Amino acid sequence: MTRAGSGSLPRYILQRIVLVIPMIWVILTLVFFILRVAPGDPVSAALGGKLNAQALEQRREALGFNRPLLAQYWDYLSSVAHLDFGTTFSDNQPVLHVIRDNGGATLTLTVAAFAIALLVGIPLGLLAGRYRDSAPDVGIRLFGIVSYAAPVFFVGFLLQFYVAEPLGLPTSGDASPITVFEVPTKTHILLVDAFLSGNGAAIQDVLKHLILPSVCLGLVICGVFIRLVRVNMLQTMQTDYVEAAEARGLKRGSVTWRHAFRNALVPVITVIGLQFALLLGGAILTEQTFNWPGIGQKLVLYINNRDYGAVQGIITFFALAVVIISLLVDIVNALIDPRVRY
Amino acid sequence: MRRLLSALAKPFTETTGLARWMLVAGVLLSLVFVICAVFAPWLAPYGFAQSSAHGVEFPKVGHPSSAHPFGTDRLFFDVLSRVIWGARTALEVVILSILFCVVLGVPLGLVSGFYGGALDRVLVLIMDALYAFPSFLLAIVVSFLLIDIYGGSVIAVSVSLTVVYIPQYYRVVRNTTLSAKEATYIEAARAIGARDIRIMRRYLFGNVIQSVPVLATLNAADAILTLAGLGFLGLGIQSTEAAEWGHDLQRALADAGSGVWWTGLYPGLAIVLLVTGLTLVGEGLNETINPTLRRRRLLPVVMPPRDQTTPFQEEQSTWPST
Repeated sequence: MTRAGSGSLPRYILQRIVLVIPMIWVILTLVFFILRVAPGDPVSAALGGKLNAQALEQRREALGFNRPLLAQYWDYLSSVAHLDFGTTFSDNQPVLHVIRDNGGATLTLTVAAFAIALLVGIPLGLLAGRYRDSAPDVGIRLFGIVSYAAPVFFVGFLLQFYVAEPLGLPTSGDASPITVFEVPTKTHILLVDAFLSGNGAAIQDVLKHLILPSVCLGLVICGVFIRLVRVNMLQTMQTDYVEAAEARGLKRGSVTWRHAFRNALVPVITVIGLQFALLLGGAILTEQTFNWPGIGQKLVLYINNRDYGAVQGIITFFALAVVIISLLVDIVNALIDPRVRY
Repeated sequence: MRRLLSALAKPFTETTGLARWMLVAGVLLSLVFVICAVFAPWLAPYGFAQSSAHGVEFPKVGHPSSAHPFGTDRLFFDVLSRVIWGARTALEVVILSILFCVVLGVPLGLVSGFYGGALDRVLVLIMDALYAFPSFLLAIVVSFLLIDIYGGSVIAVSVSLTVVYIPQYYRVVRNTTLSAKEATYIEAARAIGARDIRIMRRYLFGNVIQSVPVLATLNAADAILTLAGLGFLGLGIQSTEAAEWGHDLQRALADAGSGVWWTGLYPGLAIVLLVTGLTLVGEGLNETINPTLRRRRLLPVVMPPRDQTTPFQEEQSTWPST
């Protein structure tokens, strides 16, 4: 194999995409069988007290539950291939609609939290790594550890108690009912819709609701960035090229800024992709804490209703999203860093 | 015994300054919670689901007072007692799930790495899929399924955590087995005629088990957060089954609006302190084990006294002539 051939970018991207397909198949199989080995009958678990025996039997028939397991498995795989995630049992809605209606809120929350985590985490991590073992380093490391150690809902509890009350910030939902009523739904992302409507009061209201949940989730993830950036910075400061730059008599500030900082940030991009799973878990808890109408809150609601159809659909969607995002991050990584290609 | 002690003391003797302080602080913090967990029945003033003492009902959401230093919650339970009993629940769940991980993951990894073939490939595929799955979501799904069978018990939550962490144990053991089975002593054992079972038990097990304690320490902090998260969503342990900090925080969240802080603050602080302690231990160990981060303590170099070196030098300088 020639050097150029093995290292070419399109080839690498193609390889990654081809490798993702069996992964998706295994994960889907796992989701299907984990949720199907559960004892009892999913339809009566969700609707037990609400319908009579005959109606239950009809629903079972309609959902295909009395067919052989392998046929059901095949149905599941082929419908997921058509991006159909099934229907919920308890309120008989397509899961795709649930995702569409609530996905916007989750997306807004996670993107805002991520931005906060990067804005707080990267400068603090660089500072701590640059001045190793100094007082700021100790303080920042402790902050990083404690912010990782604090559960989202505890931070949320503290924010609600000590920040929301004095500042008069809302702690529940993504907007007040009047805003939801006034802003016409176009993109299913309330923040974008508010900006599109040009209604100043509505924009302000939506942003106000966003502050606490995104700060809460952002603080929890920023600990990971602090630790990561700090370690990278430590390692970069010890490299030969930083030493060489210092030996050439460059100013300290210029060495840290131009030689160390930038290179210490490269691995962060990789980890951003890996953090998505953590972000997702955190988002479910944040949504629950702040009554944020996202997919995570819906998932918990359906779990409490024992709705297997909805749980299976939402979990499938999340699993696919994680696999696809990690694929995208790998590709972006390869675009940025030529060393990544194999 | 001495070797074990010196191995245990290694992180302390090989670190300096800050790293050592962080390690010591972490060990102390974790120890406090271990003591709380072990001696909970004696340390806690009341039971974890006790709402009256000596025929007198506890107040509902009562302010901290001398009878209840941390106050009482809306189920009439004493918050201090629940915080102390919560340490026991956390420890039980973490120990149980690590035990399940070791009992299942280590043999699977051993067999998979030793025999290879189709079984190995299938197991790697399943474990990789589990690992690729967002861990908290996986824990949610498994406890959603188990709640019907076991209810909200310690066992159910431990099993959920086991499913989340087992791929790591499996992977580590499998990979160590892969490299260890090529070693000469395994070949020698086989040449003597030892059977596979014996090779795995006597020769491989001892070598592959060494990486497990480090992994367990690193996972313990994460496991406690997952446990609390499940409890917060109402998928974990129920209040009357055991005291669990996450579930207590869920109930406390409703109080935040009405100016009640003590029901949420103390269980929350307990989680933060315990996870911080375990993380500090993990970080401290990392700084001693990871060579890229390690900064060894400088040992004082004792130079031999001068008058002893001179003859030696003279001897050396005269050496070629003789």
